[in-house]
Amino acid sequence: ESVQNSQTNVMLHTKLNDTSMEYVSSKTINKVIQVHDQIFCCIAGSLADAQAVTKAAKSHLSFHSVQMESPPLVIAAASVLKELCYKNKEELQAGFITAGWDRKKGPQVYVVSLGGMLISQSVTIGGSGSTFIYGYVDAKYKPDMTREECQQFATNALALAMGRDNVSGGVVHLVVITEKGVEHVVVPGDKLPRFHDE
Amino acid sequence: MLGEAEPQWLSEEVKTGTTIIAIEFNGGVVLGSDSRVSAGESVVNRVMNKLSPLHDKIYCALSGSAADAQTIAEVVNYQLDVHSMEIGEDPKVRSAATLVRNISYKYKEEMSAHLIVAGWDRKDGGQVFATLKGLLTRQPFAVGGSGSSYVYGFVDAEYRKGMSKEESQQFVVNTLALAMNRDGSSGGVAYLVTIDKHGTEEKVILGNDLPTFFDQ
Repeated sequence: ESVQNSQTNVMLHTKLNDTSMEYVSSKTINKVIQVHDQIFCCIAGSLADAQAVTKAAKSHLSFHSVQMESPPLVIAAASVLKELCYKNKEELQAGFITAGWDRKKGPQVYVVSLGGMLISQSVTIGGSGSTFIYGYVDAKYKPDMTREECQQFATNALALAMGRDNVSGGVVHLVVITEKGVEHVVVPGDKLPRFHDE
Repeated sequence: MLGEAEPQWLSEEVKTGTTIIAIEFNGGVVLGSDSRVSAGESVVNRVMNKLSPLHDKIYCALSGSAADAQTIAEVVNYQLDVHSMEIGEDPKVRSAATLVRNISYKYKEEMSAHLIVAGWDRKDGGQVFATLKGLLTRQPFAVGGSGSSYVYGFVDAEYRKGMSKEESQQFVVNTLALAMNRDGSSGGVAYLVTIDKHGTEEKVILGNDLPTFFDQ
């Protein structure tokens, strides 16, 4: 069954100061896929297409990292996804947010859109619930936040989107990727921030 | 040149794509709107005031089809004039909203316009009513138009009960600026109307005086 952007999928990725980065997913189906040790990928669009593409990308990346004898760059991961999306743009309907840490440029976020465009952004959102929080993210994001500020910002944004999008909800998954490694934080529904009408 | 083709926008429906917002504060209401009117992909008016008076202290904010919205506002303006002469005093905001709702509901298949009605009356003070698709509901604040989707998160997070007049005006301006930045059908300048027991004040905020955000 191909589900188009109606999954409970709100993803938010923000870039912190130089040593850490954060990536958030809120949903019931796992749309956060690890493509390498310190590189994660979040999918939107047709789930089947996205899963097939990330599977191909994952194996491509692991071969690439063996050849290079070092972990792949985040932009390499994003480029692999982009190539697949662009070359097969007629058949595929999937978009990605790729985020991670590498030794060359530190924390980075890349967006690969439906047709195969690849751009780098400091903060990005996607999924059906994301339309409701463009204003909030534009207003509240500041560059160079601390890790705690960033986690709070992401949790707030997700809680707001979940409050308005009828197909988003449940639990918030945060994946924090830093130079030191990866940490998975889960915020259950009852611990989410509340706003004026709740 | 033989048979020059007519530009496409001449045959497109004219819509006020829009972002509109109204909020109640302690003692009155603030209404805000953008100023863009589009026909397909063309902007046919970049300075339209979408805040239309229904009575001295009752305004409405227009969105959806430009023709439908304007017509509803004009008809209700007339009906309220008659009504206020009949009762011999200023009409209630709820009366104005009810008149708008009656038209929206009766013609809901033929028309596509959403009006937010807001104003001040002596009985209940400042009030905001939403009349989307023919319902009538009083709310502390209401947003509407195509640009409103992008700012639901922001208004949910930032709204607090009992804001002052200046805080409410700032809230409206910030919300409009954010929506105008993201929505292709909203833009131009921001119009503000503040209504309280002392009177009605109209203000325009030009593009470069609007608040900017981290990526601008």
